[in-house]
Amino acid sequence: MKRSITIALSLLTLLIIVTGCGNKQSQSKKMTIVGSTALQPLVEQVASEYSEKNQDISITVQGGGSGTGLSQVQTGAVLIGNSDVFASQADGIDADKLVDHEVAVVGIVPVVNPKIGVKNLTMQQLQDIFTGKITNWKSVGGKNEEIIVINRAQGSGTRITFEQSVLGKKTAVKSQEQDSNGTVQQIVGSTPGAISYVSFSYVNNKIQPLSIDGVKPNVTNVTTNAWKIWSYEHMYTRKNPGTEVDKFLKYIQSHEVQSKLVKQLGYISIHDMKVSKDANNHVSK
Amino acid sequence: MDEIKDRLLKPSKATHEDQRGKFISYLSIGLIAVLVISILVFITIHGLAMFTQNGMKISDFLFKTDWNPGKKLIGALPMIVTSFGVTLLSALIATPFAIAVALFMTEFAPKRGAKFLQVIIELLVGIPSVIYGLIGLAIVVPAVRTIYGGTGFGILAGAIVLFVMVLPTITSLTVDSLKAVPRHYRQASLALGATRWQTIYKVILRAATPGILTAVVFGMARAFGEALAVQMVIGNAAMLPQNLTSPSATLTSQLTMGIGNTIMGTLPNNALWSLALLLLIMSLVFNLVVKLIARKGRIK
Amino acid sequence: MNAKRSDHLATGLIYTFVAIVVLILFGLIGYILVSGVPHLSWHFLTTPSKAFAAGGGIRDQLFNSLYLLILTLIISFPIALGAGIYLAEYAPDNWVTSVMRTAIEVLSSLPSVVVGLFGYLLFVIQFQMGFSILAGAIALTFFNLPLLTRNIETSLSAVPNLQREAGIALGLSSWKTTTGIILPAAVPGILTGVILSAGRVFGEAAALIYTAGQSAPVLNYGNWNAFDPNSFLNPLRPAETLAVHIWKVNAEGIVPDIDAVSNGTAAVLIIVILIFNISARMLGNRLYNKLTSSK
Repeated sequence: MKRSITIALSLLTLLIIVTGCGNKQSQSKKMTIVGSTALQPLVEQVASEYSEKNQDISITVQGGGSGTGLSQVQTGAVLIGNSDVFASQADGIDADKLVDHEVAVVGIVPVVNPKIGVKNLTMQQLQDIFTGKITNWKSVGGKNEEIIVINRAQGSGTRITFEQSVLGKKTAVKSQEQDSNGTVQQIVGSTPGAISYVSFSYVNNKIQPLSIDGVKPNVTNVTTNAWKIWSYEHMYTRKNPGTEVDKFLKYIQSHEVQSKLVKQLGYISIHDMKVSKDANNHVSK
Repeated sequence: MDEIKDRLLKPSKATHEDQRGKFISYLSIGLIAVLVISILVFITIHGLAMFTQNGMKISDFLFKTDWNPGKKLIGALPMIVTSFGVTLLSALIATPFAIAVALFMTEFAPKRGAKFLQVIIELLVGIPSVIYGLIGLAIVVPAVRTIYGGTGFGILAGAIVLFVMVLPTITSLTVDSLKAVPRHYRQASLALGATRWQTIYKVILRAATPGILTAVVFGMARAFGEALAVQMVIGNAAMLPQNLTSPSATLTSQLTMGIGNTIMGTLPNNALWSLALLLLIMSLVFNLVVKLIARKGRIK
Repeated sequence: MNAKRSDHLATGLIYTFVAIVVLILFGLIGYILVSGVPHLSWHFLTTPSKAFAAGGGIRDQLFNSLYLLILTLIISFPIALGAGIYLAEYAPDNWVTSVMRTAIEVLSSLPSVVVGLFGYLLFVIQFQMGFSILAGAIALTFFNLPLLTRNIETSLSAVPNLQREAGIALGLSSWKTTTGIILPAAVPGILTGVILSAGRVFGEAAALIYTAGQSAPVLNYGNWNAFDPNSFLNPLRPAETLAVHIWKVNAEGIVPDIDAVSNGTAAVLIIVILIFNISARMLGNRLYNKLTSSK
């Protein structure tokens, strides 16, 4: 028994030594990207294609949330931080020290439980629902059913975008909150009277996407800003992050990636956009 | 002669070994102490930052009911109440079941039955929280909705899911403490003419009480710290629960949801760390309370 | 006879409770297996996962889960064993011991996400391990230690004092008595602890998201050099486990076959745990028989 303890302890020591050595060896060609879970699948996919073409570089992509991404790139713990929001929209981040790289556009659509029988709302109605003024679907032409608002977690990129575009300066009603597109999709699909919002790519046949003021939620309408609820996906770096990082970011913004992978993963290409938006939600052509 | 004297006076090989062994075991416990202290210090520093750096009041944190750290509202009372609610309720449901199963496995069981149950129970521990959450979402929430009305999300749904999650923990630890009751207690009791139930109730359970209480604490601790599963069925609305079926939020669900979306060092982030600290202090209190009960309940 | 009646009543009650629990357990496991097994195939087990297309598998996640389990046990078992021996055999009955015990219990009640973030800030960032299996294994050690230590302690204490006395009477040192007599006798109990903590390793997600990471880079199973970033043995590569995979697919997955992947993975997880439990038990019994020469 004692021998096995000794063996295990020495294995442990060995492991720690291995860790120390391993670090020094691989730092030069390693690139770590952390942040938004929504953007993760895209970056991961691009990274794996990129490393196939450039054998000498290994890219690690992790989630953790936009807040984590921005914090970590600011402190320099990682090279690239993924974020759903502008750095200037996040408290505690010095946006001047970071460089923004917009790599995709994502459209957000309000969704309801299909049994409600509502397919279109006016922007005003939508605002009233999320601020708690309208509490029954009857008032907007649906069934006599209580409205159950499901919001996203405070500070999440999707929620910031949604509230900026729909609520303006008003505060949302206190309500249930969920923290991912997937869970929202499941809960709205199974809860009578539920309303929430998801990214375009999460709409399926169990939930009913809503048109707003008769405008349909689709890619063309987003590119012209006819559909107002959309945001950029950002990859932030510090200033002068080095040529390897620049090359990777160029690659992800290239037409090759934007026209294929970005679309396959349900985002909208930055090259298709006919308008642009700044952190204060001002849209310009 | 001197040689023999020397040999006799010097510590023997076994003594050396003994000392080395002792050293290893002291080292291990020391290492655990270091781990515990480091994580405690870490959480305490982060958890107090809100009060020291952002100048928030502890009384506001503990007794106010408005939670929106982005707007400097830091009332955590709804989460405290809900966390306690789900934990106590789930332990309350789980304990009788766990004791029954444990008794069955130790006192009643045909050997095979016990082994079988044990495998299944160990299996349950390995099911990820996410799956409990998903099943809760698919089965428990709609069931609660149909029976009690409302949205189905809330303390009740959370407690039911947690009940299943803590059952294995409480059961297996209870089994251990029942097994630790010396056999001659049973024999003595039966020899006195006591029925099986009398033996169980008056002797075995009494002797195992401290162990069972520890099992319950471990179970409650698991319930208290559980996040992913509860988060899916509790509704996550930072409001004081009106009843068992109104959406509410636990300390952990609020913590898990918010932590990725907040920036290190800002008030919203510090507020979440304060929740973690609170969680820690509360489980400490749990422990102490049960220790006291156990001390009183110990047979003399 | 009142005592007899209450005996019958209590027995009946206990059987009812057990029946209910068995029903719940079966329902639960049955539900997972029934909804998952139809999606299983050799293909599912042997292909890497996919980001957005249907038909992805779980090859790397499956391996990562097992590898993580082994690493975690290598780190946590010796420590827990030493600590358990200390608490059961050496610890004086004073306030220091009592504080130690409380501390261990508190450690087990820490929410996963807190441990995850602690591991993230300390190991991943501070010690520059990066998102890695090793960081994940260390984070999991935090959960495992209390459970294992506690379990080892109880199993050791449960061994009758008679055996200790016999050992000492034979002139053995107390360390020799512990390792040679008490420990072998406690093997079955210790094994339960290992199995339970293994279950926790398989099932943990929240702590791993921040430490072992949630991506499974393409692995080269022919590369046995543990220092190479592509090697499957490298403890410093990020590793998504089965449980994390289920979480990720359900939270932000955009593959069209989410249900198939999620349910299939859950079923695989259950089956793996089952196999692990049964084989650990068989191994344990053999070990027990050999060490205590009871056969």
